[in-house]
Amino acid sequence: MRLEVDITGKTFRSAAGGTHEVLAPLKFAVCPGEVGVLIGPSGCGKSTMLRIILGLDSDFQGRISRPPQARIGMVFQEPRLLPWRSVEQNVRLAAPDVTDAKLSELFRILELEAHRSHFPGELSLGLARRVALARAFAVEPDLLVLDEPLASLDDALAGRLRDEIATLVASRPVMTLLVTHSLDDAIRLGDRLFFLSPRPARIVHEVPIAIPRDARGDAEIAAIKASLVQRTQNGQDGEHGGERASRDIS
Amino acid sequence: MLRLFSFALFLAIWWIAALLVGGAKLPSPPAVLQVMIAEASSGALFLHLGATLARVALAFVLAMSLGSAIGYLMGRVKLADRLGDPWLILLLNLPALVVIVLAYIWAGLTEAAAITAIAINKLPTAIVTLREGTRALDRSLDEMATVFAMPRWRAFRHVVLPQLSPYIAASARSGLSLVWKIVLVAELLGRPNGVGFEIGVAFQLFDTPRLLAYSLTFAAVVLVIETLLVQPFEARATRWRPRAA
Repeated sequence: MRLEVDITGKTFRSAAGGTHEVLAPLKFAVCPGEVGVLIGPSGCGKSTMLRIILGLDSDFQGRISRPPQARIGMVFQEPRLLPWRSVEQNVRLAAPDVTDAKLSELFRILELEAHRSHFPGELSLGLARRVALARAFAVEPDLLVLDEPLASLDDALAGRLRDEIATLVASRPVMTLLVTHSLDDAIRLGDRLFFLSPRPARIVHEVPIAIPRDARGDAEIAAIKASLVQRTQNGQDGEHGGERASRDIS
Repeated sequence: MLRLFSFALFLAIWWIAALLVGGAKLPSPPAVLQVMIAEASSGALFLHLGATLARVALAFVLAMSLGSAIGYLMGRVKLADRLGDPWLILLLNLPALVVIVLAYIWAGLTEAAAITAIAINKLPTAIVTLREGTRALDRSLDEMATVFAMPRWRAFRHVVLPQLSPYIAASARSGLSLVWKIVLVAELLGRPNGVGFEIGVAFQLFDTPRLLAYSLTFAAVVLVIETLLVQPFEARATRWRPRAA
């Protein structure tokens, strides 16, 4: 069973009364053990798409199919922790079945051991983000959704967390959907990259990465990046060319 | 320490005022204390205090639980809000006296009538406060609970209730003072015991020391409840908030 997204449209009524098209027809799928990466400009409708995929928004045209009993682990853009519960309680409330050993392991990796009994209000944003990651991992999800999880973390920590996400994805057949602005993160983690257009979002390019994640050294990553940059630039040129062409015709 | 000083200041002003206007209108603190001790040693004070306290407790619990539930529902469900709003406005503006008199006429001079009437008076303010609290709930945390498939009860207890607790505390606080004031009216009009009944008697005899003895003792009891129950609840509910140093 895999995650299949087939959105044919999503419009949203603004307070002023006008309607805006947020999502153009969009279709993609992510298999278990695969990391799909959504890359697109800010405000292109990624968050709207995630809400639809997570089942938080049912007001759209199209169909989402995911395994009915799939456990979802989600890292929201902002940490969304319960301010009145300690770090440990926050994780345990979302993942009641987590074992003590597993929890200790997660806290050790994310360097949260010293903060177990702290309240989120006492944490920096970087720390709070790590708690949100711990919470999503502790669930042992079948579907892991990460909405810019590494933003505002320092490079060293972001690198470690990236490895951690990679380990988790390798250890279980989890379907992962990652939203990011960083081409680096996308190439290091992703198996299939989806480049989105500005609003209303549609998929401009779908780029599978054939090299297995653990075989991607710095050289491979640089090569993939170079080819991607070239490709997307060509694509954009092509697009502009197309627009110009259509304008010429009219 | 500051509280103690404030209390001493209150006593001093009272005493000076008593000396100025004379003992018949405003008895001095020792005179009132004397009545308190006499009533306490005869047992009457505790009987009446107990009766009033029991009514306060019953009406308070009834109004708070019912009011919180209705307020939560009205905050969550638009239809309930639309349907309930006219009733709410009616209840909010109905004078306490009218409710009490009507309850005694319809249900007789009974305990049930008194407690229902008192609860009905507190009910709308509890509803209004909790409805506001429910409207202010953070939707993004609800979404988090939904995505992580938290069972309803766990989400309510850990996500919703902590957000409502300041509103519940505020409602409890204003409710306690409102209920005990209305209880006295209900007792005065139709009960054979309680602080309100005693105050009625004191009024007929123009017995100011007795009036003050009863009302001040009860105010002291409310103060103790506030310090021992309401404030610790509030402190516990807000302990996660980073405090200003």
